[in-house]
Amino acid sequence: MTLKLLMGNEAIAYGAVEAGVQVASAYPGTPSSEILSTLAGLALEKGFYAEWSVNEKVALEVAAGAAYAGARALAAMKQVGLNVASDPLMSLAYIGVKGGLVLVVADDPGPHSSQTEQDTRLFARFAKLPVLDPATPREAKEMTRYAFELSEKLLLPVILRPTTRTCHACQDVEIQDTTAVPQPVSGFQRSPNWVIFPNLSARKHVWLNGQQEVARESFENSPFNQLTINEQSDVGIIACGVSYNYVMEALQLTGLEASVLKIGTPYPLPAGPVLQLLQHAKKILVVEEQEPVVEDQVIALAWKTRSTAQISGKYDRLVAREGELNVNKVRAILENFCGRQPHSIEAAVPPELPLRTPVLCAGCSHRASFYILKEAARGKDTLFAGDIGCYTLGAMPPLNTTDTCLCMGASVSIAAGLSRVEPHRQQVAFLGDSTFFHSGIPGLINAVHNGANITLVILDNSTTAMTGHQPHPGLNRTAMGPTDQSINIARMVEACGVEFVRVADPFDLKAALQVAKDALAFAGPAVVIMQRECVAQINKGRHRRINPDLCTECGACIDELGCPAIGKPAGQPEILENCFGCGFCNQVCPVGAIEEV
Amino acid sequence: MKLDIVISGVGGQGSVLASRVLASAGMGLGLDVRTSEVIGMAQREGSVTSQVRLGEKLYGATIPDHEADILLGFELAETVRAVPKLKPGGAIIASASAIVPVSVQLGISSYDQKAMQQYLREQPGRVVLLDLEELAKKAGHPKTGNVIILGALSTLPGLPFEPEQLLQAVLSYIPEKLQNTNKRAFEVGRQSMEVA
Ligand SMILES: Cc1ncc(C[n+]2csc(CCOP(=O)(O)OP(=O)(O)O)c2C)c(N)n1
Ligand code: SF4
Repeated sequence: MTLKLLMGNEAIAYGAVEAGVQVASAYPGTPSSEILSTLAGLALEKGFYAEWSVNEKVALEVAAGAAYAGARALAAMKQVGLNVASDPLMSLAYIGVKGGLVLVVADDPGPHSSQTEQDTRLFARFAKLPVLDPATPREAKEMTRYAFELSEKLLLPVILRPTTRTCHACQDVEIQDTTAVPQPVSGFQRSPNWVIFPNLSARKHVWLNGQQEVARESFENSPFNQLTINEQSDVGIIACGVSYNYVMEALQLTGLEASVLKIGTPYPLPAGPVLQLLQHAKKILVVEEQEPVVEDQVIALAWKTRSTAQISGKYDRLVAREGELNVNKVRAILENFCGRQPHSIEAAVPPELPLRTPVLCAGCSHRASFYILKEAARGKDTLFAGDIGCYTLGAMPPLNTTDTCLCMGASVSIAAGLSRVEPHRQQVAFLGDSTFFHSGIPGLINAVHNGANITLVILDNSTTAMTGHQPHPGLNRTAMGPTDQSINIARMVEACGVEFVRVADPFDLKAALQVAKDALAFAGPAVVIMQRECVAQINKGRHRRINPDLCTECGACIDELGCPAIGKPAGQPEILENCFGCGFCNQVCPVGAIEEV
Repeated sequence: MKLDIVISGVGGQGSVLASRVLASAGMGLGLDVRTSEVIGMAQREGSVTSQVRLGEKLYGATIPDHEADILLGFELAETVRAVPKLKPGGAIIASASAIVPVSVQLGISSYDQKAMQQYLREQPGRVVLLDLEELAKKAGHPKTGNVIILGALSTLPGLPFEPEQLLQAVLSYIPEKLQNTNKRAFEVGRQSMEVA
C-alpha cells in the first residue's frame, strides 16, 4: 500500500484499476474528465484498454459490449452526458450485463460548469439501477471497487455518482502496489437474452423489478451506510454523499447533539438502518443535495411502518432543492431545525469588486472567428446560434455573437428551426470540432436533406479545449497514443451533402472575411471551417506592442476584441505581458499601430 | 491541530499547484489532508479559489466561511473576494497588484486598487501585501508568484511543517530544469517577510 494525494476522479480510476477493469470509455465533461485521463495514463502499463469515445452514448455502448463478453468495464461522463447515453442505459437495465459494468456519472450541483443541476440518483431510480454516492475521494475509490462486484452479483450496471466536491477534491488515499490480475474473460455466449424484443422486455421487466429488492438487501449491511445513535438526543439526521461531511462539521461547530445516519447507497435505500433511526428519534432531518431521493424513500418507509417521527427536509423547505450545500448552509438548517438562534458574524463591507467572469484566452482563434462573422453579417439582420465549449464565451461582451445555447450539438438544428419561422433573417450556427463529432453531424445532415438556409461555422481548434484538451476523432491521437485514423472534417461535411464547404484561417482577417461573406450569400446550407490550433496547445508567437506614435486611442482593439492581453494600465491601450502573439489585433487596428516586437 | 488555508487568485496563476504542495507537506507529517479546487471554465482568467485543510480528523474539503486560518492571495481583488472565508484575526499574505479583468477595460465594472489595499490593511489579523511582480523578477521567472507566496507563508509561526519540509514539497511538484528557479522564488518569498 502506498499513500498518495489523489483527486476524487483519480481515486475512482485507481479503484477501477484495482478491480481489474479491462475496458474504459468516456466522453469528457466537467467534473468527470480526469477519470478517463487518469485511466488512459495507466492503460498501457497495466494492460487494459481506454478510449475517449465520440460521445456518451457510444462510450456506454462500448462498455456494454465489453461487459457482454464478461469483461469488467467502466464508462464515465458528466450528468448531462447521461442524457445522451440514456437510450442505451434504459434498455441495458433490462438486458443486463455479464462482466461488471460501472457507470460513473459526475453530478454538479451549483451548478459550477453545467447546463443543469439534474440529479443522477433520480435517474438511477428511473432506470431501476443501484447508485452509490461517495462522500470523499477515499470512499469513491472503495465504492468503485465494490461497484464491479455488485454489478456482477446483480447482473446489472451499477452507477457511481460523485459530485464536483468529491471529483475535484484531493485526499490522502491508499493505493495497492500490486496490479490486479484481470479475470479470465468467459467470452460472449449467444442467447436470445441479448436481443431486446418486446416479449423479452416484458419478462426482463419483472426480473429487473425483483433485482431492486436484491440490491436493497445487499445494501442493508453496507459499510457505506453508517448509523451513529446518540442516546442524549431525540434528533436524527440522515445525510447522503458529501452532505454527510457538512452535517458532521456543522454539529461540531454548533455543539448540537443528534444521531446521524450516513447514506452512501441512496437507491435502493436499505430499510434496516432507517427503521432503527426512526425508532430512536422523534424528529428526523434529511440532508441531501438536489432532489429528495433519500427523503422520499424515508417518508415511504415511515408511512409503511406507521412511524410517528416528524420528517423534515425538502418538503418543508428546510433544505433547498437547488444549488449546492455547504457547512454554513447546513449549520443554518440545523440551527433552524433545533430552534437555535442562528449564528452570525459582522463583517466590514468590502469595496465594490470587479466582475471577473471567464474570458477566451489571449490569442484564442474563436475570438477572431466571432469578430469575422460579426463583420461579415454587418448590416444584415443575423441570429447567432451558439453551442457548448470554450466558444460559448462568444456570448460575452464585446463579442456578443451567441444568441442561443442549449445543449451540445443543438446550434445547427436551432438555427434550422429559426430559419423556418424567420427566413428573412440570416441564421448562423457555431459548432466546435469536438461538438461536431459528438452530436453535430445528424443536425447538419438534417439541414441538408431538408434544405435549411443556414450557415454553419465549425470552430476547429484541433482539440476538446473546454474540458481539458482531450483528443477527438478529427485528430491523429487517441487516449492511448498516436493514430493515423483521423477523420477529416471538410470531407465529412461534403459527404453530408453540403455544397458550399470552405476552410479558412481565422487569423487571416481579409481572406476569412471574404469566405464568411460568400457563405452568408449562399442559398442553402453553407459550412465554413475555421481552422487554428487552440493556443493552450501550441508555443507562443511573436509578442506585439502598440506604437504610441501611431495609436489614436480609438479603443477599437479593446472594444471589439475584449482580449485579456490588451489593457490600459497607464491610460492608453497597451499590449500586456500575457500577449500570445496571434497577430489578429494588428489586423483590426484601423491605423496599423500594432506591430511585432 | 487544524490548519485551513484559502488560496485565491485568477485562473492560470498556479493556485492548484499551491494547494497540492501544502496538502502533500501535510501528508508528509501523517496528517489527514483535503484540498478543493476549481477546475473548468473558471480557469480561463476567471476567479478561482483553492482550499487546503490539514488536521487530525477531517470531513469535507471546503472550508466554512469565517473559519480559514490563513488567506493566500495571488491577486488583489481576488484576495478581497475571499476575505469572508477568513476567521476573525486570521493572517493574510497577498499580492498588492491587480490583474485588471476585461470587464473593467470595457467599462462594465470598476477596480479601485487603493480601496482594495486599504480594506485588506484594515483586517484585524496580520496582513502582508507583497509586490509580487517585482519579487518574481527577482526570482527570475514571471510565473513563480505562487511559490514566492508559499515561501512567505513558511515564515509564519505555528505551522505544522518546517520551512524546509514545505520547500521539499514544492520541489517534488517542479520539473528538474525549474528546480533552482523555484528554490530562489521560495527564498525570495521568505526574505520578503523580513522587511514586511
Ligand atoms: C452532453 C455533454 N457532454 C459533455 C459536455 C461537456 N462539454 C462542454 S463543452 C465540451 C466540448 C467542447 O469542445 P469543442 O466543441 O471542440 O470546443 P472548444 O472547447 O475546443 O472550443 C464538452 C465535452 C456537455 N456540456 N454536454
Ligand atoms: S483554451 Fe483554447 S479554445 Fe479555450 S479559450 Fe483558450 S485558446 Fe480558446
